Amino acid sequence: MNLFGLLNRRATAPVARERLQILLAHERKSAYQADLIAVLHKEVLNAVARHIPIDPQKVEVSMHRRDMTSVLEIDITIEPCVVDEKFRERAALAAQ
Amino acid sequence: MSKIIVVTSGKGGVGKTTSTAALGAALALEGHKVAVVDFDVGLRNLDLIMGAERRVVFDLINVAQGDAKLNQALIRDKRLPNLSLLAASQTRDKDALTEEGVERVIDELRSRFDFVICDSPAGIERGATLAMRFADAAVVVANPEVSSVRDSDRIIGLLDAKTCQAEKGGRMEKHLLLTRYDPGRVARGEMLSVEDVLEILSIPLLGIVPDNEEVLRASNLGSPIVLHNAASAPARAYTDAAQRLCGVNVPMNVPSLQTSLLRKLFGRRAA
Repeated sequence: MNLFGLLNRRATAPVARERLQILLAHERKSAYQADLIAVLHKEVLNAVARHIPIDPQKVEVSMHRRDMTSVLEIDITIEPCVVDEKFRERAALAAQ
Repeated sequence: MSKIIVVTSGKGGVGKTTSTAALGAALALEGHKVAVVDFDVGLRNLDLIMGAERRVVFDLINVAQGDAKLNQALIRDKRLPNLSLLAASQTRDKDALTEEGVERVIDELRSRFDFVICDSPAGIERGATLAMRFADAAVVVANPEVSSVRDSDRIIGLLDAKTCQAEKGGRMEKHLLLTRYDPGRVARGEMLSVEDVLEILSIPLLGIVPDNEEVLRASNLGSPIVLHNAASAPARAYTDAAQRLCGVNVPMNVPSLQTSLLRKLFGRRAA
């Protein structure tokens, strides 16, 4: 490398530092959120499953972030016949 | 009171095994009873760095599965009688390690040694999580380079979430060991500085190991760097780091441009 190249070369370490700071701020946040969603998924599943039999594959938990608010979406698919059966059981119990 | 230390990094090739061997030997030189344990099942190398590759008969998996006694598997160092090695298996799969098996081995090691240093495999999978699982403290090895720092950040997250220490609600003791540090490149703005890495990772600094040709020479010969050339800059950095692990307050020696220039001008022995 000639003298001109040596003088012209810009320091790259500050770029590395800035890229890392931005990236890690994002990754730390999303790692926390992934954990939170996994925990919510498990607890919601357990709470609902105490009353209605559900297929764990048919439970979806997601979180969307907007500018001012975060939306937690929990989508649980329940087989209609299962609900009917559960109501019948309850009704039978009540009738006794 | 014995201490279990995991040497980990996430990224491969940053110097975990070199650091495990060097810290183990430095602690043994101080008079402590030390065991270094290779958790890199299938890709073991600690035996080679320690110069004990032809003495491995039984390994960690044999002991964890109850096929061999710990005594049969521990290899006593020929230079330092209070330093022992427990090798990883070269032929088995990493799935052969179970949490229960590892816990039994660690418990037994804990009762016999002052320091147990676990050399973690790279990555964040089973081998790495088992290596850190029962640790009391962690040495996070990083190079001043973007991918290494990012992976270290990830590993710090795992240390705070997936270890027994963290699950009990305790705080995992973490130390940063910055290796392959080149003060010349830092001065020219080509390499992240100590301050940069510390600011990003925000865990306490255990030591700065300069990039130095003696490290390769030591590994060629199968001798931990602190035994191979105790006067070399990396050996002194590891010796100081070992002292700090024992709670001794040693002033931090930041490799400077002058010392690295002196080394270049007057040959490797000058530094």
